[in-house]
Amino acid sequence: MTILGFLIPLALLMGLAGLGAFFWAMKSGQFEDLDGAANRILIDEEDDGK
Amino acid sequence: MNAPVPDLSVAGECVDSRFTVPGMRCAGCIGKVERGLSAVPGVAAARVNFSAKRVAVSHVPGLTDDDLIEELRKLGFEAERAADNPLGRDDAETRRLLRALAVAGFGMMNIMLLSVSVWAGADAVTREMFHWISALIAIPVIAYAGRPFFASALMALRYRRTNMDVPISIGVLLATGLSLYETVTGGVHAYFDGAVMLLFFLLAGRVLDAMMRSRARSGIASLLGRMGRGAHVVQPDGSTQYVEAERLAPGMVMLVAAGEALAADGEVLEGRTSIDSSMLTGESDPRAAGPGDTVHAGMVNLGNPVRIKVTAAAQDTALADIARLMDEAGQSRSRYVRIADKASRIYAPVVHSLAFLSFCGWMLAGAGVYHSLTIAVAVLIITCPCALGLAVPAAQVVAAGALMKRGLLIKDGSALERLAEVDEALFDKTGTLTIGEPRPADPGVLDAQACSVALALAQGSRHPLSRGLAQALRDAGTEPAALDDLAETAGMGMTARFEGQDVALVRPEVETAGLSVDLLIGGTRTRIAFTDPLRPDVREAIAALAAQGIHSGIVSGDRADTVAAIGAQLGIEATGGMIPSDKLDMLGARANAGHKVLMVGDGLNDGPALAGAHVSIAPGGASDVSQQAADAVFVGERFMPVALAVRVARATMGIVRQNFVMAAVYNMLAVPLAIFGFVTPLIAAIAMSASSLLVVGNSLRLARAAGREGTA
Repeated sequence: MTILGFLIPLALLMGLAGLGAFFWAMKSGQFEDLDGAANRILIDEEDDGK
Repeated sequence: MNAPVPDLSVAGECVDSRFTVPGMRCAGCIGKVERGLSAVPGVAAARVNFSAKRVAVSHVPGLTDDDLIEELRKLGFEAERAADNPLGRDDAETRRLLRALAVAGFGMMNIMLLSVSVWAGADAVTREMFHWISALIAIPVIAYAGRPFFASALMALRYRRTNMDVPISIGVLLATGLSLYETVTGGVHAYFDGAVMLLFFLLAGRVLDAMMRSRARSGIASLLGRMGRGAHVVQPDGSTQYVEAERLAPGMVMLVAAGEALAADGEVLEGRTSIDSSMLTGESDPRAAGPGDTVHAGMVNLGNPVRIKVTAAAQDTALADIARLMDEAGQSRSRYVRIADKASRIYAPVVHSLAFLSFCGWMLAGAGVYHSLTIAVAVLIITCPCALGLAVPAAQVVAAGALMKRGLLIKDGSALERLAEVDEALFDKTGTLTIGEPRPADPGVLDAQACSVALALAQGSRHPLSRGLAQALRDAGTEPAALDDLAETAGMGMTARFEGQDVALVRPEVETAGLSVDLLIGGTRTRIAFTDPLRPDVREAIAALAAQGIHSGIVSGDRADTVAAIGAQLGIEATGGMIPSDKLDMLGARANAGHKVLMVGDGLNDGPALAGAHVSIAPGGASDVSQQAADAVFVGERFMPVALAVRVARATMGIVRQNFVMAAVYNMLAVPLAIFGFVTPLIAAIAMSASSLLVVGNSLRLARAAGREGTA
């Protein structure tokens, strides 16, 4: 049963890390422009010849 | 992801400007705008927000907004200054709910992990430890994620009303309190998982609701801003400067270009032009204005640039009177009670008395306070109002999503509920039943070559007639001809050379009755007359509404005979010559007669009627005021979305009612179990998730139904 003492905090920490990541993503505007992000992969960065 | 950001050496002195660019439709546009703007000297960075159709530009203060709009125009995009979004405050609300949902989800998963072990038969010490850990997770999570509900319940109680949040809050708080007591005394049943799960499901419903609202509103916000929010004011030294509408003062002289709306009331000083006052009065024919004539805010200059001396600004304009009427008219709408709240008015007392009765019953049976309380809490948890909290928003979000694809933006769920009740529809004429933009009356006057020359000339100008002509020709599949030396003379028209001939698109030299332009190719002069045509599918849409039992009528500010002609053409009742308060009175009379009226209108003069009607829809080309007052906005030239909206709204309410019936059946089965004490936390958790999945699944059926109806 001592393994619980390790696994439960680990599970909680991982959950908290996920929660923290979500909060960070929201704060830094990752969800501001979902359609734009989908479209941006189609832009060629290299074609400076235009 | 990686926008081209040039060297930011000027970073210290940069200012930010935002523009709405409605014309961005693809990845190519994003690249073009960002690269094009970044190449402009003085611009440090440009970043497009594609969802909001906006571009944020960081630039040196020396560059004015007008320069940047001009740069965007050179890139091929119409742009407007983005004002602070008047509908944007919902964003913060959505974010708060989303954060609460994330926290509740985190808590639910971790507590469920522990609960499963308890249900699987963890014994005394382990169970106690797991209960303690659950409590440590649950209490902060409930305190954080439950705030939206607690705050709203408190607010309702303070005004001695109840809403859906009151039973939710009582249920969650009692369950938490009892579970805490269980934990401290080493009891068997803790309901932390149930309480947190309840919050999670309900928050999911709230988030859906909020996201639907903010999506529709940002869509509408990108349509806003074409009306006169400011003007170019002539300075003493002869230069012009852009001044916001609120800062305009009597005595200033505004320079109003063709296609611009007036931001203040005034008197024409210099120049002759034609003025479109359809937004303000509903009158479809433009009228001529010359020196000495009075013009009002909200009117659009169609002809030459004119100088106008401001006589009344901001709160004193004719517009402001309309705004005051709207405020008063909007009061009645706020009294509408949403279906979920209506249901909770019956639901809350029933559930609470049931819980209280089971408590009393078990007390009388001699079960002891603690045991009786456990049963009462089980009753509260098992009757969780998931159907109300989750099923209604889920159905409405699905419906709103389907409608959005068909070109109709619904502002919130309450609008869908009200749309479903409609039994009468009143339409404005100009800009609502008609397209609201001048189009060539008879495209047949031009041959193929003339068409392509006209298109090439027209698309170079922002003049309303040029834009209407270009749009109509493009729709007809015309390709623009290749021209040389294209030039625009303000107040005159466009000139160019085509295959060695002089070509031009100019205003007629003689005063004409309606709007028209002359196309010159070499020596031949062709006159193109303009009208404001009906939307192509008005007749079908009115028939579709009639098929749903909705009686249609026209209320317009235009001259009675013009309106009657359109009414006769469409076969519906028509009343003309109405001022804004007439429309409002008419709506009041219909409402008193027991009708639920749908108002569709676009002009400023429709604003009070839009705010006062049971539910209202505005076209995408409507004035800002009307779009903000309306419950929904439809985009494009077709009128069918209006009829579709009513049909989908009714289908939605059908699904919502089914969900309520399902919830009632579920409660009839589960509540007796709870009352007789058979419900353990395990059963509560299963019942809760199963009922939520059932109602959400049922709501999702609507996507198919709405899609099918849409293609029909």
